[in-house]
Amino acid sequence: MDLLILVIQCFVITLAVTGGFAYLTLFERRVLARLQNRVGPNRAGPNGFLQPIADAVKLFFKEDIVPSRADKWVYLVAPAMAVIPALIIWAVIPFGCLNINWDYAACFNQSGAGLHNILQIADIDVGVLYLLAITSIGVYGITLAGWASNSKYSMLGSIRSSAQLISYELALGCAVLSVVMTYGTFSTRLIVLQQGGLWGVVPQILGFSLFLVASTAEVVRAPFDLVEAEQELAGGYTTEYGSMKFALFFMAEYIKLIAVSAIAVTFFFGGWRFPGLETLGRGMTELAGPVVGALVMGIVSLAAFLLKVLFFLFLSVWVRASWPRMRYDRLMTFGWKWLLPLGLLNIVYTAVVFVLVPGQAVASVVLCGVGLITMGVAAGLSRSARPAGIVKAARVSGD
Amino acid sequence: MAQTFHVPAPQEITGPALAGKTDTMVLNMGPHHPSTHGVLRLVLELDGETVLNVAPDIGFLHTGIEKTMESKTYQKAVVLTDRMDYLAPLSNNLCYALAIEKLMQVEVPERAQVVRVMLTELQRVSSHLVWLATHALDLAAMSVFLYAFREREQILDLFEMVSGARMMTSYFRVGGLAYPLPADFLPTAAACIESLGPRIDEYEDLLTNNPLWLERTVDVGVIDAEAAVAYGLSGANLRASGVNYDVRTMTPYSGYETYTFDVPLGRNGDTFDRYQVRMAEMRESLKIARQAWQRLGELGPGPIMTDDRKVAPPPKEEITHSMESLIHHFKLWTEGYKPPRGDVYVSVESPRGALGCYLVSDGSPKPWRVHFRAPSFVNLQGLAHMARGRLVADLIALTASLDPVLGEVDR
Repeated sequence: MDLLILVIQCFVITLAVTGGFAYLTLFERRVLARLQNRVGPNRAGPNGFLQPIADAVKLFFKEDIVPSRADKWVYLVAPAMAVIPALIIWAVIPFGCLNINWDYAACFNQSGAGLHNILQIADIDVGVLYLLAITSIGVYGITLAGWASNSKYSMLGSIRSSAQLISYELALGCAVLSVVMTYGTFSTRLIVLQQGGLWGVVPQILGFSLFLVASTAEVVRAPFDLVEAEQELAGGYTTEYGSMKFALFFMAEYIKLIAVSAIAVTFFFGGWRFPGLETLGRGMTELAGPVVGALVMGIVSLAAFLLKVLFFLFLSVWVRASWPRMRYDRLMTFGWKWLLPLGLLNIVYTAVVFVLVPGQAVASVVLCGVGLITMGVAAGLSRSARPAGIVKAARVSGD
Repeated sequence: MAQTFHVPAPQEITGPALAGKTDTMVLNMGPHHPSTHGVLRLVLELDGETVLNVAPDIGFLHTGIEKTMESKTYQKAVVLTDRMDYLAPLSNNLCYALAIEKLMQVEVPERAQVVRVMLTELQRVSSHLVWLATHALDLAAMSVFLYAFREREQILDLFEMVSGARMMTSYFRVGGLAYPLPADFLPTAAACIESLGPRIDEYEDLLTNNPLWLERTVDVGVIDAEAAVAYGLSGANLRASGVNYDVRTMTPYSGYETYTFDVPLGRNGDTFDRYQVRMAEMRESLKIARQAWQRLGELGPGPIMTDDRKVAPPPKEEITHSMESLIHHFKLWTEGYKPPRGDVYVSVESPRGALGCYLVSDGSPKPWRVHFRAPSFVNLQGLAHMARGRLVADLIALTASLDPVLGEVDR
């Protein structure tokens, strides 16, 4: 029975995530269009609702080409290597809490006794480590794709991706580590559970900022999208890919974007929790019995989680619409000289403040203040002198 | 004997690798690359991502315009000039018309002069908008691209209003303008000019203060004044290095000496200065256009074409009852006009720089030789100087900041 539920869970979540990817592309195109004074795709179905399907069908029917000088097997395996980690990240992320033992209260139970939450596939003790491990595996697909294509643009793209990953992985790790220190657990379920009062973003404001930047670089989104850099490398590692193989890279990138948004929500924005959720669960249970109570609880928590994720996705699209791309060397300077020291500093802050300041709430506020000050100082230090303006050779009319 | 064309291999163009570097990579960028602004082929010699050498290879858009002109009468070649610098057809029209007017010593009516100034200044704004759009897009600030095209649309609407064509206008003819201005031109133009200023402020908000934009442009692709002059750069690319050279002020034409405007100059000659100079130029152009607009209102209706019947056709009503006019008309449309023997060189400030037209007449109705000094072509020479030792990403930024139009480079 448990195994059957697990298989159904995996199946449903994989489908949901790939469906989410398809509609994320539509969401991005529509939002971008709106930000750019355009209409966006609105021909296929109402409001362009069938556009992702049209895109998928188009890509399916494209000719499948393997460049003659490519390293054939690596070339073929690389897209799969990119997309599989993007999918298995989802195993430890709690989307909500739908307890099919029909006891809403178990969701808020520290020990997790009697909890049979079907909105999280695996609640493992080292969930956070699993997340870190899987997100870093994803780069192999990109690197190998660039190398196996045997094309100069692709190779430059894959070199960039390796360099980028090394520069940002450490800062990402530091940010995540301070979250672990704050809540004293590696379990994603327990991290969410402890954010009933203050969300993680309060004590870890600095950690959250670092996570936001580093994870954007991790999933090669604008302004860190220099791995594919259409304008520079003509597509980077995907230059030589077409048809469904290209679609798989595309899919991996977007699913990873949703995944890091979900991770950010889980670590810093209370996951599926929001104030009053527990009261709602209790009220519904008293009103309509435990089954309805647990169901409402599950649906509402899932909706809250998705809304929060949507906010991060919008943020990502917004950034893409407004900012220029960073340069390769500056990106690494930024990663090594700013993000990593700040990440280490944040770990020290977290450790010192939680030891010295009694009480979780007070410590959180103190940590928030320290984080904000540090960010202000860092912003001030990194500020480069504004370049000189232009001069105007004045010229008066002759008449 | 069949002529074969030799397409040079990358190594032939870049020459041997620099001393001490044996593991360099030669990368073909273009002619089909998203950021080379048309069909420009850049052969790069790379060490990692550092550009050791760049060799621009041109000729992919060669249209033989100069040669074709030799077999057209002077009047018919006006449409060819549109197609050189397709982002600034009016500047090309003007340069060509001025050359023939100088050769034949034709007087152009005041009203036509003012319209010419106004439209070429608007043309400069529209061309700079395309430059800004593509420059921003090359650095992945993609929204600016669409905003700038929205504004350019208004200016193209004005061109369509006066000439019937949005891009290939052919509106300036020898002796004046092709058609009179439509009745609602002045109010529409005023609305257009007034709406553009605030829009340019918005772009500055998006880019000038953006740290990422500064990072990508400041100190990138520096060329000092001396080198800029030595390479023959002109236009905003030259002025960004601090050289005060603008054809409109140095050798004024079309009455530019009577307008009040500033010539923006940069200090460092980097990509950011070229950006700033062009942004300031757009504002200055709007200033000139506004002055011209005022003058048009003060001048009131008047002729827009010279009354020299050897150059300009007589009006229709005159042809119906004047024998001489009929003959003029017949001669103009069958044979064209014949400038005196001699040669002439005229230079105008096109959006891309000093656009020159050298014209040799042998006294026949067709030019013996026409040559255009294309600023894009000359500016492109500086590319290698600016790009050496920089990264590939910088090369993209500075190619965009040189603002080449390949139609003009190859002609």
